[in-house]
Amino acid sequence: MVEIFGIPSYALFGQLLIGLINGSFYALLSLGLAVIFGMLNIINFTHGAQYMMGAFAAYLMLEYLGLDYWVALVIVPFLIAATGIVIERLFLQHIRKLDHLYGLILTFGLALIIEGLFRNAYGSSGKPYQVPELLQGGRNLGFMFLPNYRAWVIAFSLVVCFATWFAIERTRLGSYLRAATENPTLVRAFGINVPRMVTLTYGFGVGLAALAGVMAAPIYNVSPQMGSDLIIVVFAVVVIGGMGSILGAIITGFALGVIEGLTKVFFPEASSTVIFVIMAIVLLIRPAGLFGRTV
Amino acid sequence: MRLAGSLAFALTVLFGTAAQAQNPINVKLGVLNDMSSLYADISGPGSVVAAKMAVQDFNPAAHNMKVEIISADHQNKPDVGSNIARQWFDVDHVDAIVDVPTSSVALAVADVTREKNKVFLISGAASSDLTGPKCSPNSVHWTYDTWMLANGTGKALVQTGGDTWFFITADYAFGHALERDTAAVVTANGGKIVGSVNVPLNNSDFSSFLLQAQQSHAKIIGLANAGGDTINSIKQGAEFGITAGGQHFAGLLVFISDVQALGLKTAQGLVLTSTWYWDMNDTNRAWTKRWQAERPGKFPTMVAAGVYSSILHYLKAVAAVGSAADGKAVVDKMKEMPTDDPLFGKGQVRVDGTVTHPAYLFEVKSPAESKYPGDDFKLRATIPADEAFRPLKDDNCPLVSAAAK
Repeated sequence: MVEIFGIPSYALFGQLLIGLINGSFYALLSLGLAVIFGMLNIINFTHGAQYMMGAFAAYLMLEYLGLDYWVALVIVPFLIAATGIVIERLFLQHIRKLDHLYGLILTFGLALIIEGLFRNAYGSSGKPYQVPELLQGGRNLGFMFLPNYRAWVIAFSLVVCFATWFAIERTRLGSYLRAATENPTLVRAFGINVPRMVTLTYGFGVGLAALAGVMAAPIYNVSPQMGSDLIIVVFAVVVIGGMGSILGAIITGFALGVIEGLTKVFFPEASSTVIFVIMAIVLLIRPAGLFGRTV
Repeated sequence: MRLAGSLAFALTVLFGTAAQAQNPINVKLGVLNDMSSLYADISGPGSVVAAKMAVQDFNPAAHNMKVEIISADHQNKPDVGSNIARQWFDVDHVDAIVDVPTSSVALAVADVTREKNKVFLISGAASSDLTGPKCSPNSVHWTYDTWMLANGTGKALVQTGGDTWFFITADYAFGHALERDTAAVVTANGGKIVGSVNVPLNNSDFSSFLLQAQQSHAKIIGLANAGGDTINSIKQGAEFGITAGGQHFAGLLVFISDVQALGLKTAQGLVLTSTWYWDMNDTNRAWTKRWQAERPGKFPTMVAAGVYSSILHYLKAVAAVGSAADGKAVVDKMKEMPTDDPLFGKGQVRVDGTVTHPAYLFEVKSPAESKYPGDDFKLRATIPADEAFRPLKDDNCPLVSAAAK
């Protein structure tokens, strides 16, 4: 058997694939953050809580309305996006012109409040959520057992990531958006309702977080702190990729998932810190991030 | 006016000593645990409710005592925990700290408690080092420890054919102690350890580690972790076909809150050791009903029950000593008096601080077997009190050798 650094090659392939799967969650979440930062200039610390709300909404819909995973996958992002729009209208629009710190503290506070409310209502150990029937089981790839659900996660998130990138970088609507971040006054002069566009963009970013939440519900423990466990890592991903860079967020999301996966084989004790080590190195060498534009 | 003043002063001096005897003994208890993260449902606010119930049942007024309870969140960080402990002892005049899950925090708090000569009533923490090499004359370890868990679950599984083990271990004091104690039991009973992996605390994705466990072909995958980590391991293990592939999980520390979070469909068949279960008898059920008045829809863990019983015994000891000021004296009294309470029955506090009582081997019911919410466990075996905990001679606790001399 071929061995790489003392690890059988088939084991390594398995770990690489798992890294990609985890990376797809990082990519989806950091994509939402990047969109929000790029368009609104808001560092959205509520993102983790919104991801958690997505997972809980899926659980609640199944428990109380009998609506299954597939329905949740379609409805929940819109539902949570609507709550995001309310937040944007009530709070964020008033502080957009202030320093980043204000937005950061506001969204961080909101995240704490939302998490606390959920913990109060549902406890900290979380709620059960099963893998949808259609995707139960898995297949033996020879080098590893791949659960069908994980295969679905990776495929679906790739599609979503690409679609988002395409919409922002390659369509007319996307060009309005990018123009509005560069020079809102001028774009308004062309008769485009910039504030509404910004509100909808925030809703879209939040919807992405909720979508990731629904996708996470069958595999991670649906608990109030599931978002805060992940959000710090995701922020590191965004910083490494370059704040506000769409493509950067996607690529670094997947890449860091793989790096973290490999760390889990070679030095598992460091798997929770490796991303931050990389972040520190990247910040030293390229302060704007790997894909960020220097201002 | 001045005359009246000096008269009052004279009277105070005269009767001051008499009045002092009427003053109640003040006791302040601090419940220190995880209020907001992965262990919050195991201990958290549920422990505070149990503490209040203990004080209520003790009826301090009848013993000329006044008991106050405060609580705080140690965030599972040893530095945060020991800082709070210091502040409680020095500034807030706390007499005893209760609960403290997360062994690393408990070990730190035990040191502070000893230094300040106060009392530490441990319920949430598991490391058997707390009554082993790191034992303290100021600590009482009430509910369970890693040796007991290993002895219960580990032994039962090896004896029914699970003789090769792979460990997924939480990378801190508790996980390492649990792995060490279980490995010892497994090898002593003729089993073999084929591998292990240390996972950082509060990890969300276990698939990498599960894959390593799968490739080890061990019959049993021992989960030396707790709370959210155990839940995620088992949930993802089901997804990766661990049990379908003939391997089995040994949840070395599984609480009822974890089973509820997993759902019986995923958790069924899991074997676990516990020292208390809410549905064992009428007393426990009645106690649970009172507890649920404050925590509707939830079920108390053995940690909450341990908080209740340890406080009850502590208050009895304080009443007997007549003061809570000297922590070591109170703990000595606790060791002297046999324990007797509604939840854990009769037992004793050993010289090393371990409280002995029976332990129970449970199996998680299938959804079909469960008749009502919380009907999660069926009893497989009872381990008598004298076999459930580590024999004193294997303790390596300095207090034991000192007592022998």
